Amino acid sequence: MASVSRMTRFAVIAASVAVVAAACGGSKSDDKKDASGGSGGALTGRGPITLATGKDTSGNLQNLVNTWNQQHPKEQARIIELPEDADAQRQQMVQNAQTKSNAYSVLNLDVVNTAEFAANRWIAQLPKDQFDLSKFLPAAVKTGEYRNNLYAAPWKTDSGLLYYRKDQLDKAGIKEPPKTWAEMQQDCSKIKGFNCYAGQFEKYEGLTVNFSEAVNSAGGQVVDDSGKPNVNTPQAKQGLDFLVNGFKSGMIPKEAISFKEEESRRAFEKGNLLFYRQWPYAYALSNKKGDSKVVDKFAVAPLPGLNGPGAPTLGGHNLAISQFAPNKATALDFIKYLTSEQTERANLIASSEAPTLASLYDDPELQKKFPYLPTLKASLLNAKPRPQVVRYNDVTTAIEEAAYSALTGKSTTDQALADLQNKLGQLITP
Amino acid sequence: MTTTTAEPGTVAPVKQKKKSDVQGSGRLAAILLSPTFLVLALVVGYPLIDALRESLYQKNQGLDANGFVVSGDKFVGLKNYTDILTGANSHAFWNAFYNTTFFTVVGVIIETILGVAMALIMHQAFRGRGFVRASILVPWAIPTAVSALLWRWVFQADGVANAIIGHQILWTTEGFHAKVAVLIADTWKTAPFVGLLVLAGLQLIPAEVYEAAKVDGAGTWYTFRKITLPLIKPVLLVAVLFRLLDVLRFFDLPFVLIGAHKDSVNTLSMLAYDEANNLRYGPAAAYATILFVYVALVAYAFVKLLGADIIGDARARKKSTPSKRAKKGSRTIREATA
Amino acid sequence: MTAISTAKSGPPRRRSFSAGRALSYLGMIVVALYCLAPFYWMVVSAFRRPEDQFDNSPIPSPISIKNFTAVFKHDVGFQRALLNSVIVAGVTTALTLVVGTFTAYALARLDFRFKNMVLGIIVATSMFPTISLIVPLLHLFTNIKWINSYQSMIIPNLSFVLPLAVWNLNAFFRQMPFELEYAAMVDGCTRGQAFRKIIVPLAAPGVFTTAIIAFIAAWNEFMIALSMVNKKEMQTATVSISKFTGAYGFDQPFGTQMAAGVLVTVPLVIVVLILQRRIIAGLTAGGVK
Repeated sequence: MASVSRMTRFAVIAASVAVVAAACGGSKSDDKKDASGGSGGALTGRGPITLATGKDTSGNLQNLVNTWNQQHPKEQARIIELPEDADAQRQQMVQNAQTKSNAYSVLNLDVVNTAEFAANRWIAQLPKDQFDLSKFLPAAVKTGEYRNNLYAAPWKTDSGLLYYRKDQLDKAGIKEPPKTWAEMQQDCSKIKGFNCYAGQFEKYEGLTVNFSEAVNSAGGQVVDDSGKPNVNTPQAKQGLDFLVNGFKSGMIPKEAISFKEEESRRAFEKGNLLFYRQWPYAYALSNKKGDSKVVDKFAVAPLPGLNGPGAPTLGGHNLAISQFAPNKATALDFIKYLTSEQTERANLIASSEAPTLASLYDDPELQKKFPYLPTLKASLLNAKPRPQVVRYNDVTTAIEEAAYSALTGKSTTDQALADLQNKLGQLITP
Repeated sequence: MTTTTAEPGTVAPVKQKKKSDVQGSGRLAAILLSPTFLVLALVVGYPLIDALRESLYQKNQGLDANGFVVSGDKFVGLKNYTDILTGANSHAFWNAFYNTTFFTVVGVIIETILGVAMALIMHQAFRGRGFVRASILVPWAIPTAVSALLWRWVFQADGVANAIIGHQILWTTEGFHAKVAVLIADTWKTAPFVGLLVLAGLQLIPAEVYEAAKVDGAGTWYTFRKITLPLIKPVLLVAVLFRLLDVLRFFDLPFVLIGAHKDSVNTLSMLAYDEANNLRYGPAAAYATILFVYVALVAYAFVKLLGADIIGDARARKKSTPSKRAKKGSRTIREATA
Repeated sequence: MTAISTAKSGPPRRRSFSAGRALSYLGMIVVALYCLAPFYWMVVSAFRRPEDQFDNSPIPSPISIKNFTAVFKHDVGFQRALLNSVIVAGVTTALTLVVGTFTAYALARLDFRFKNMVLGIIVATSMFPTISLIVPLLHLFTNIKWINSYQSMIIPNLSFVLPLAVWNLNAFFRQMPFELEYAAMVDGCTRGQAFRKIIVPLAAPGVFTTAIIAFIAAWNEFMIALSMVNKKEMQTATVSISKFTGAYGFDQPFGTQMAAGVLVTVPLVIVVLILQRRIIAGLTAGGVK
């Protein structure tokens, strides 16, 4: 019996030693592998790969992958579905990188995360010469770049549009959708019984999008062209004031502070909202008979600004290759396949997600199916990316914090912007 | 312990086991305990030690000339801790500390009262009790992720909560109402947990105790306070203790229901999560460690103040009805071994 | 069974004057309403058509099972996910009961030093924020190639449930009249027999309660299952639900999620009810009453 107890004790000790050893082993590997990352090592290796992506809503992605698999029986691709939530997607990708796991080969990466993933050497540099980048929308290409090197191929893009009630504007004799905020407010004063404007003002990524749009549309900048924060300016103040005063005066309904995309779409479809800022996805939905009270009663236009057309914020997803994936050559081919004109076209038709190839916007056949394409292209050519910074998560949190406290009256516009400038200064390393 | 007052005719507890048993018991105990310790060492012990180590380091956040993050950690001693407690962002910590404590105190009190009430109801014999039992257990059986979504739906601007009260409260915005929403959703979900544990405890009380009390003419409230409560105390304390541990580490409900970065509901776990999410593993580990220490202190105080009979040595315990049970017991044994 | 068991079986009876009775019925109704109203909302939301999901009407009209069919759309693999959940939660529960009973028995019944410290260490493992465990565990499991395995979910689950199981069972074992055990041993039982024939039946309410708790905790676990598994065939139901999407981007597939929620909850309630019977029946089975 005595030996049993000694053995158990030994087993416990042995196990804990093994555990501690594993801990040390784990952290050591952090340091040694990094050397290979970064400056565009060759993308080699062929074989099976995976695509880590938030689930695609159309179901078309699986078809695209099936087609690829038929053509490349020895380099099969498998979809790894990540949670629906965007933050959770990033978290899973970061965890994958933290453990240097080879589970993910191709990452379907949100445009805001390129810098972070590139700077941490989690994704491999892509050879620019193997993509015909001139065919893509320039703004979309920029979102895949970090320090002028390409890290992610533009795949899907997105931009805010102004949705407006065409029927009401027509009734009031207003011919054109507003180009400036003042015009929009004028239009609202002519049409009674409606809430004027809404966007997405809940404290989440959407608020950063809306805040950046307001600032950019007033001629301001969150981060200037050299990458320095520049948000404590009169222009930025005018932009933020547009939203703050909108809430104060009732131009923006007060429940809009809890709006995300879907809540604002619902408010619009209930029929008592005249204008609102939204992504293109809502176009088809709001025109679907059923709950929507605005079928065939609305149209889209570029966002208005302070002194002319506004500057929408760019959204979308790019395709990147995980640094820790074995079959990088296959992964590169797979990305080329997904961003080819044929695939993007098929995907637009199936999923109505905005493509990154400029030519598709001018295709008459597609324009017939998606009447908003010309407006969207105009918007996209004018669109501004969110700050392309390594610590994007911290930056967007700081922006949300500042914008939310100004919108809810917790701080003045001046104070919020001064605080934000200060905060961004600490977060953005030049 | 006050249980001795419970029942007339209680005999002092029967004393202990034979001393000669101790040697063998120690060995047996080691064998019986080792699987638990093995699992806990692997899954919790290792990450905990790892976190302690990590909390003394900071990851480099600087970029090199080519824009790459400079790799490697540097040892910073207790800087992560002092930054959290007294640094520029200490208000975030103290705010989260307050929220965590608030949710714990208010939430656990409500859950305990509701849970005991539920257990007493489930314990009664009446028609339709199967239905009531089932309904009480429903909230707890729903996965947290799903119930958080459900409550978010209920509490949205044009949701059913506002429709019922006929007044628009923007529940998910900053303010006290956000705390209320979280508390409603949390107590709804977890009171059944307390209820279930207490119900099991109630099963241990022999019916004779109540009969005796009835003969003595004790009222319902008196019976509850002087008999039921002391007898379910050990189980109730375990239930409350583990609720305390859970609420102090509160994370997913406020996160899904109200959202990240809202001062009104930010908890210590959410701060730890946020730091890790932003790749600041050192501060994240420091937050986790501080939370760990806080939870440990609360649990220690709780057990010291109230829980002598769950942790205290078996010898010290006093039972209200051992003699009766012993009599019944020997009868049972004769049956069982016959 | 003896005369006592027939005479005094069942819970204590309250005096049956009508006012008190009415009051207690009222209490029951209130409690049932409180517990069921939000669940009712979940069911109602699940039975709406996806396009009606923002309705606030108390009864869906028209009733639709579209959300349920969406849950079982073949590409979602929800059946497989349910099976995985059953395996993970089932094994977790079984292991918790075996390991937890041993440990709790040792703590409650055996005499050895450092007992309080042992209890303290066990409960201390429940004090560390779960979310902070994930990255180190992911490191560890990647190193030992456990990613995409059942044990990568079961072992962590075990550690979350074990402390509660040990403490709870310990509280039960302590409350039980351990004179019985000695009486049995005097009567010629070995310690093992005494344990099996006396303690186990007596412990039934505590054991089954622990089983329910372990099962539900494992069934509802999300973060670990999400992180440790990236193969669809291995994911559990809660993870599967998080991957539901609507018909388009930004669409929160609320109806589908609620339908899935109903589907994972109802079997659980049934299981709990069956186990519940064992809790109530526990003492009678032990023959003490």
